[in-house]
Amino acid sequence: MRIIYILWLRQLKRYARSKARIVGSLCHPLLFLVALGFGMGDIYERAGEGDYIIFLSPGIIAMTTVFSSIFTGVDVIWDRKFGFLKETLVAPVSRLKIMLGRTLGGATTAMIQALIVLGITIPLGFEFNWLMLPFGLLFMLLIAILFTALGTTIGSVIKDLQAFHLIMNFVVMPMFFLSGALFPVNGSSDIFRYILHFNPLAYGVDGVRGSLTGDFYFNMPLNLTVLVILTSIILFIGSCIFSRIEA
Amino acid sequence: MIIRITNLSKKFNDFTAVDDISFSVEKGSIFAFLGPNGAGKTTTIKILTTLLRPSSGKISLDGCDPVKNAKRARRSFGIVFQDPSLDDELTAFENMELHGVLYGIPKKILGENIRELLEFVELWGRHKEQVKNFSGGMKRRLEIARGLLHHPRILFLDEPTLGLDPQTRYHIWSYIKNMNQKEQTTVFFTTHNLDEAERMAEKIAIIDEGKIITQGSPQQLKEATKMGSLEEAFIKLTGHHIREQSPSHSDKMRRQHQLLKH
Ligand SMILES: Nc1ncnc2c1ncn2[C@@H]1O[C@H](COP(=O)(O)OP(=O)(O)OP(=O)(O)O)[C@@H](O)[C@H]1O
Ligand SMILES: [Mg+2]
Repeated sequence: MRIIYILWLRQLKRYARSKARIVGSLCHPLLFLVALGFGMGDIYERAGEGDYIIFLSPGIIAMTTVFSSIFTGVDVIWDRKFGFLKETLVAPVSRLKIMLGRTLGGATTAMIQALIVLGITIPLGFEFNWLMLPFGLLFMLLIAILFTALGTTIGSVIKDLQAFHLIMNFVVMPMFFLSGALFPVNGSSDIFRYILHFNPLAYGVDGVRGSLTGDFYFNMPLNLTVLVILTSIILFIGSCIFSRIEA
Repeated sequence: MIIRITNLSKKFNDFTAVDDISFSVEKGSIFAFLGPNGAGKTTTIKILTTLLRPSSGKISLDGCDPVKNAKRARRSFGIVFQDPSLDDELTAFENMELHGVLYGIPKKILGENIRELLEFVELWGRHKEQVKNFSGGMKRRLEIARGLLHHPRILFLDEPTLGLDPQTRYHIWSYIKNMNQKEQTTVFFTTHNLDEAERMAEKIAIIDEGKIITQGSPQQLKEATKMGSLEEAFIKLTGHHIREQSPSHSDKMRRQHQLLKH
């Protein structure tokens, strides 16, 4: 426990000390909220769908969680470049613990980012059911762990940031745009709704939105089951890969 | 013998960095692993410390096989890497503390041990400062202090005194020597400072282009080459030419091009 804790703490300290990163990674969600929220809000309301900010906010919160998580996950690449990874790799502790400490630490910082964004959406007009907030937080946490573990796994396999950007552009971005985070799934085409079922992020976005606003596309148990199973699988694969890293 | 290496080889693709080497290190001794740039010293240390898997051969570290039983092997050694391995965002104290936790040093004595070592390397005055503000020599001293923190049975030092001034080098070596005598710590080190090797090492192995070319005490190496100092003996044994660093990718392409032309 002490080992997982100290590695968790390390991620938090690194996060708290990089003000530029905190501000930088809040820019994107804000841009999306403002540009889409005010740009599309009218059209959305005229189409009779209700308040767009209420629809969009959970999506942006989920987005913040996903991207912050992946980025802290791939910190492994930096730790390898700057050498610190070696220090943990030769330590006489199981690499599963190292992976868990890193992942939980990264996930915690992603949660903090997401909570900041949640705080920003409220004055912008986001109304939600406070009683259901714990469930919303649970889904955010699951997304955070899933994608930090995914980032750590990716960072353990690839050694340079170019390859990482490729993965971001060709896997994570499409996954995000097709997750229902930005626009409602009900009104879209059959193909889109079909692929939605294979998009892990869709269950996360739906979990956050459903919990906070009551507007589920799937349902709570299904979202939870899919996310818990996927997170376990990624953690398992990730720690296998992480434990075989050479430096 | 606390370290035993038998017919060890390491290939990176088609390049052989370590080529069928065998030697062993006696428990409680100070052993210098010398060789020109690119000879394969760091690669050998990385294999011994479970950071790389060997291509072939057998190794044993404190009675266990680092390939099969990595976790047990990791319990037996401490290492100061040739390249930086600190977390620049953390403070000096936090770097030490993290190390102490990873090696299971009890909380009660950890703080005091850290203080002692940081005082020894004269960094206690700045222990609350982030490492990124440190000079090269300060970082090096911190790396050494960290490697010593958990009092390992075997200490790997890959060019530990790189970039340190003579006073600091002397200071640190006397500490290590003392630890070696008091705690029977086995010291396995590399250096390009041959005076240092001559002064400290009981036994030396010289590796060149992945192969062990000779082993023995400093005295034996000098006698065998009929030279007055280890430095002269080293040059006699390894030749005068500067080792080309492993060919870069473009070098390889050029070479292939030339081969094709002929
Ligand atoms: N990961 C790697 N991939 C490919 N080649 C490598 C790798 N690591 C080391 N080498 C090559 O193996 C050879 C031995 O390198 P090594 O770092 O062991 O040398 P060294 O004896 O420590 O040299 P130095 O005194 O310069 O530190 C070099 O030619 C190096 O380029
Ligand atoms: Mg080296």
